[in-house]
Amino acid sequence: MTNGPLLQVEDLRVSFHTEDGVVHAVDGVSYTVESGKTLGIVGESGSGKTVSSLTTLGLTALQGATITGHIKFEGRDLVGLPDAELRSLRGNDIAMIFQDPLSSLHPFYKVGVQIVEAIRIHQDVSKHAARDLAIDLLELVRIPDPHRRIDQYPHEFSGGMRQRAMIAMALANEPKLLIADEPTTALDVTVQAQILALLQDLQDRLGMAIIIITHDLGVVAENTDEIGVMYAGRIVERAATDVIFESPQHPYTWGLLKSIPSLDRSRDEDLVPIAGRPPSLINRPSGCFFHPRCPYVRKRHRQVDPHLEPIPEEPGHEVACLLDASVRRQIWRGLQAGREPSSLRQLVEEGFPSRTPAVASAAPPSASASVTPEEEAAP
Amino acid sequence: MTAVSESQSPAKPSDGRPLLEVRNLVKHFPITRGIVIQRKIGAVRAVDNISFSVRRGETLGIVGETGCGKSTTARLLVRLLDPTSGEILFDGEDIAKRKRDGLKALHRDAQMIFQDPYSSLNPRKTVGSIISEPFAIHGLLTEKGARKKRVQELMDRVGLNPEHFNRYPHEFSGGQRQRIGVARAIALEPKLLVADEPVSALDVSIQAQVLNLLRGLQRELDITLIFIAHDLSVVRHMCDRVVVMYLGKIAELAPNESLYGFPRHPYTGALLSAVPVANPSVSQRRTRQLLTGDVPSPANPPSACRFHTRCPKAQELCSKEEPPLEDKGRGSVAACHFPLSENEVRRQVATAETEAATS
Repeated sequence: MTNGPLLQVEDLRVSFHTEDGVVHAVDGVSYTVESGKTLGIVGESGSGKTVSSLTTLGLTALQGATITGHIKFEGRDLVGLPDAELRSLRGNDIAMIFQDPLSSLHPFYKVGVQIVEAIRIHQDVSKHAARDLAIDLLELVRIPDPHRRIDQYPHEFSGGMRQRAMIAMALANEPKLLIADEPTTALDVTVQAQILALLQDLQDRLGMAIIIITHDLGVVAENTDEIGVMYAGRIVERAATDVIFESPQHPYTWGLLKSIPSLDRSRDEDLVPIAGRPPSLINRPSGCFFHPRCPYVRKRHRQVDPHLEPIPEEPGHEVACLLDASVRRQIWRGLQAGREPSSLRQLVEEGFPSRTPAVASAAPPSASASVTPEEEAAP
Repeated sequence: MTAVSESQSPAKPSDGRPLLEVRNLVKHFPITRGIVIQRKIGAVRAVDNISFSVRRGETLGIVGETGCGKSTTARLLVRLLDPTSGEILFDGEDIAKRKRDGLKALHRDAQMIFQDPYSSLNPRKTVGSIISEPFAIHGLLTEKGARKKRVQELMDRVGLNPEHFNRYPHEFSGGQRQRIGVARAIALEPKLLVADEPVSALDVSIQAQVLNLLRGLQRELDITLIFIAHDLSVVRHMCDRVVVMYLGKIAELAPNESLYGFPRHPYTGALLSAVPVANPSVSQRRTRQLLTGDVPSPANPPSACRFHTRCPKAQELCSKEEPPLEDKGRGSVAACHFPLSENEVRRQVATAETEAATS
């Protein structure tokens, strides 16, 4: 068990057949998670981040998904495993916390009953012992007065407490891997900070691996060891957390970082939105999936599909981008200095390598008119 | 309190009179029991005696957690709700007790943008008729073709393709729908625009597009904007002054730089401290001030200072005597007996403003 990572996902592809066509929700995703470490997966809605984790739990096969690739948990491949075996893993070795705690708790049953059920499915203990364990768990997740709370219904809990109850349930069988899908999106900032601190503390004590899925780069900045950025069903950049924030290399990651107002940046700094919107997963763009929204697109990028490749000189940093690594570094430095993406386009203009910055920053080259991303094109 | 906020803070070109003045505004929602005979057994004190003013052309932010009364305040200001008591002076006239015809006149000058772009547009109407509805209601642009022309101008201004005039809301994405809502709100060129969480339902990459649109429109049309959000970094980016609400009361009101550089109320400090910063080196330097527990119920708020049950600095006085909203320097007013010290702010909060002060 100790040799190799806890979870190893290799070239995972998940697609759904719908009336409108085949939806390629996850398209060749690979990542690993070690025990005691936290991986952050960042992406917008429809980027496939939730589907990839649901597949790890074996929850998409039932919905008629076509799955290829490997999901190795402690060396055992979960893809194609019979449902009975998956069921013994689910909620036991691998547990999940969902975004909306209200719709993931059953409204008719008391919170205690639901936690006891989760315990007794996987452990051979009496109802009484399971109830004691449930009270301990509620205490562990810092729900005040657990002896009284255990006999209450979900509607009597506040949003933050429901999420704590969900975490208690997920921890019931001491999972080795905890998947938290947008665990704090429905919560206020103060409660979000409490829940994230709780997850960190529980990980320190119980040593489990955590995958945090979120659209909020701030959430993953403080709580993860490694980050994968997903776009249109693929991981487009993967690196250690510090690296993602200090020297990101993918234009989409730059877009995410520069389009969100952040408390630590000057207020006068303009937001640079990413033009357009995420692509359809049925009719995906040709070439690089990000090219219709990328400010640095070249003709070649519309035909060639980039793969996630390690960056020379930067071990552990992988990116799927056709631009040259040195050009990417220059662009990021320019963006950091507050320059507009349009004024940095000259860096990628082939054939004008010697163009002086003074000329280039005056106006974007006229050639770019035909390749500027269309502002939210018609549906 | 209004007096304090007017005398401080940089003067904007205006005739001196604030566009909007709110005095002792109260909204209680009754809690009733019984089906046939409804007895009132209590009240949710959504907004409980707040006063503030909004200057012409400025952007005022209102922030707070769920249930603090920020959305109720928004709806009261454009009179989508009837206040229980208090005054709302819009351009010098009290609109708090206006009925039907008076409200129609008000809505020529005060418009609202809603949070959810999916439920705030009628799915059975075309975009063109949604945006031209204000003209129909107010009987404007009656010549043939004038409305269509104006609607297409508006669509173009908010970044929609004017040719999509005959499409239905479901044919648009979330960000585009929010643009439709913005076009509808600015159709009558209102003096006041109230935006209630306009970007919180949108994808991250789309949020900046809508924020930039609102900022541009405000400059261009000289609209006074009230911007309501739970996200403190978005409010910082958009607003000149910020109101922090807690359980129906104003905890702190300050110009942007003061609020983010030197928050005085411990609740403001805790809110700022809780915001995740997308920069690991900054976040490692600060110590999070974690609040315990959740917001208490507004039907049964704590006595005296409403924040004392969760406040890290609370003392006995806080549960006995309600702190008045008073001047705390640098243009800030806050309701607190024991405001934060500079050291506490530096330890807890990592904004660009506090960083600049430390280095």
